[in-house]
Amino acid sequence: MATSSSATLSKTVKQQYMELPQGDKVQAMYIWVDGTGEGLRCKTRTLDFEPKSIEDLPEWNFDGSSTSQSEGSNSDMYLMPAAMFRDPFRKDPNKLVLCDVLKYNRKPAETNLRITCKKIMEMVEDQIPWFGMEQEYTILGTDGHPFGWPSNGFPGPQGPYYCGVGADKAYGRDVVEAHYRACLYAGVDIYGTNAEVMPAQWEFQVGPCEGINMGDHLWVARFILHRVCEDFGVVASFDPKPIPGNWNGAGCHTNFSTKEMREEGGLKAIEESIEKLGKRHNYHIRAYDPKGGLDNARRLTGHHETSNIHEFSAGVANRGASIRIPRMVGQEKKGYFEDRRPSANCDPYGVTEALIRTCLLSEEGDEPAEY
Amino acid sequence: MASVSLSSRLNKAVRQHYMSLPQGERVQVTYIWIDGSGEGLRNKTRTLDVEPQTIDDIPEWNFDGSSTYQAEGSNSDMYLVPVRMFRDPFTQDPNKLVLCEVLKYNRLPAETNHRMNCNKVMEEIKEHIIWFGMEQEYTLLGIDGHPYSWPTNGFPRPQGPYYCGVGADKAFGRDIVECHYKACLYAGVNIYGSNAEVMPSQWEYQVGPCEGIEMGDQLWVSRFLLHRVCEDFGVVATLDPKPMTGNWNGAGCHTNVSTKQMREEGGLEFIEQAIEKLGKRHKEHIRMYDPRGGKDNVRRLTGLNETASIHDFSAGVANRGASIRIPRQVGQEKKGYFEDRRPSANCDPYAVTKAIAYTCLLHSEDREKSEEENIPAM
Repeated sequence: MATSSSATLSKTVKQQYMELPQGDKVQAMYIWVDGTGEGLRCKTRTLDFEPKSIEDLPEWNFDGSSTSQSEGSNSDMYLMPAAMFRDPFRKDPNKLVLCDVLKYNRKPAETNLRITCKKIMEMVEDQIPWFGMEQEYTILGTDGHPFGWPSNGFPGPQGPYYCGVGADKAYGRDVVEAHYRACLYAGVDIYGTNAEVMPAQWEFQVGPCEGINMGDHLWVARFILHRVCEDFGVVASFDPKPIPGNWNGAGCHTNFSTKEMREEGGLKAIEESIEKLGKRHNYHIRAYDPKGGLDNARRLTGHHETSNIHEFSAGVANRGASIRIPRMVGQEKKGYFEDRRPSANCDPYGVTEALIRTCLLSEEGDEPAEY
Repeated sequence: MASVSLSSRLNKAVRQHYMSLPQGERVQVTYIWIDGSGEGLRNKTRTLDVEPQTIDDIPEWNFDGSSTYQAEGSNSDMYLVPVRMFRDPFTQDPNKLVLCEVLKYNRLPAETNHRMNCNKVMEEIKEHIIWFGMEQEYTLLGIDGHPYSWPTNGFPRPQGPYYCGVGADKAFGRDIVECHYKACLYAGVNIYGSNAEVMPSQWEYQVGPCEGIEMGDQLWVSRFLLHRVCEDFGVVATLDPKPMTGNWNGAGCHTNVSTKQMREEGGLEFIEQAIEKLGKRHKEHIRMYDPRGGKDNVRRLTGLNETASIHDFSAGVANRGASIRIPRQVGQEKKGYFEDRRPSANCDPYAVTKAIAYTCLLHSEDREKSEEENIPAM
């Protein structure tokens, strides 16, 4: 059976408890990125009041030795609330709270890329950078095989599935619908969704988000996806190449623009940025997945609408290039561009920070500059 | 499905129809007590003609102690004395849950009634305004006794991804946790928070801060709520301290403690004094920290899997391998609380809190000698 036992527990029973009034008490679920740089963790606390803004939420801490983040002998790590959303699972007045993780000495944890990203975003605030990220993912059963695929086998080749409809084309749409609604409720800037090229693969887009909000909204959208899948008893995988062979991988194409690019004649600024990106390909590849490029190496082959990981290329309407300039942008001579290199399991803080450093702060070379 | 009870598959919509029938003026009161095992909970219900407003409105009752390992058949009546009232999240307002103390036929406390003596100690040290917070760990089992959602006759991947995890491959049985939390909030139990634990199917919730005797009351009622919620879903919550042998975490009930002095400026000094006193009575505490005088905890306190060894006493800042851990923030601010990591998940919170309060605030060599025959099981 491809779904978890937990998913078969009586939801009618659950409903009866979830409708119990809770008086003045509010549940705040604190969420953070663990030591792998791609896993999410969460725990809940009761508050005596409804927080109105992020400042109302207290600092907390957790056992980092259980999340690959510290040693047992010195394991306390700090959770600093960074962004608050409504909780679509427990509903109002309860909250989801995305957090920064600090080590025992109050320095950022190794996989806390938010702190530096925020500094960088603040430096270029006046250029009003906007991002839109296209999060692809694959739904797996609890047996690890893509959901809806025949046990121990494969469906018909790719072709009919992209944006498809019908039980023989779209596998697991319930998850997508539920996730979309949950994001809308929570306050995540979900832009849209579609079925992807590989069956059981889907995509949602978050944005446009300004600056640090891109990372915040994408991480919370991912958390909501994992929780929705858990409720249904299936698993969402952000692995960039879940099935080897003639099956698409999963990326996180990142669309980017500044005020200048969006205004008349902005194409010039777009082309300047792309030229800078072309000179720093290795630095970006290292920033675009949590393993410094090793994950993406399985995906960026030059086939299946990807560019080759070893080469940088750009082109209008070209899905085989590292950077694609949408045709409409090419015509109107203003707009945005799409970096197709980031992996589905990338850290959005790392990706957006890299784009700002190279394109707006004009950094060069393989290492980020210190400011 | 092999792992949930038949009862849980009874039609809940049918049940809902009956549960929403109005009941007029009359109120159901469910009496809850600890049985002869020292870890099991029992309950029975009676109708009252009017809604009780306080605990004094609830009459004493009695039960057959020979059916709960608490008395002989020939002299089996035991008394239930109501001590604390809560709202009932299962049958809802105006119905109540009432935690009770158990007295023997001669009105002396039953063997597993540790509340009476705990209360005496807490009264004596009242001026210290002692606060507790207890972190109750537990494991969900299917009706077949295997951890819930583990592969039949097998094991999941090793520990690592489960602590605070999310996803169907990481979090097993979250519905129970969510419903238990809501039930506690409704009932009036001071639930502090919850999280998934290191072993899959293992969870934790925290109750507190509670002053004095309230800690035991609230923790026992929270356990009753947990067992009832699990019963509704058809699974079982076990408080066994080491449900799976091998490289799988055990289940404890870490107990956080502070007094008014410890919470004020410079309180760290009082914390360190308390820890020193605890260090001298390790064996006595180990005997009080599970219902079998230490035999249960022996399987859990190995020195591995974030525990201290049962044979040694140790303390340290932010050290999860020590008997007592001082949180890092407390070490920095030089005031706050400390965490005793020794109690077992199936401990009696009255026995634990009484032991800590007594050792840290009352114990002295002279007192021990003069009260030797009166100190219950210490």
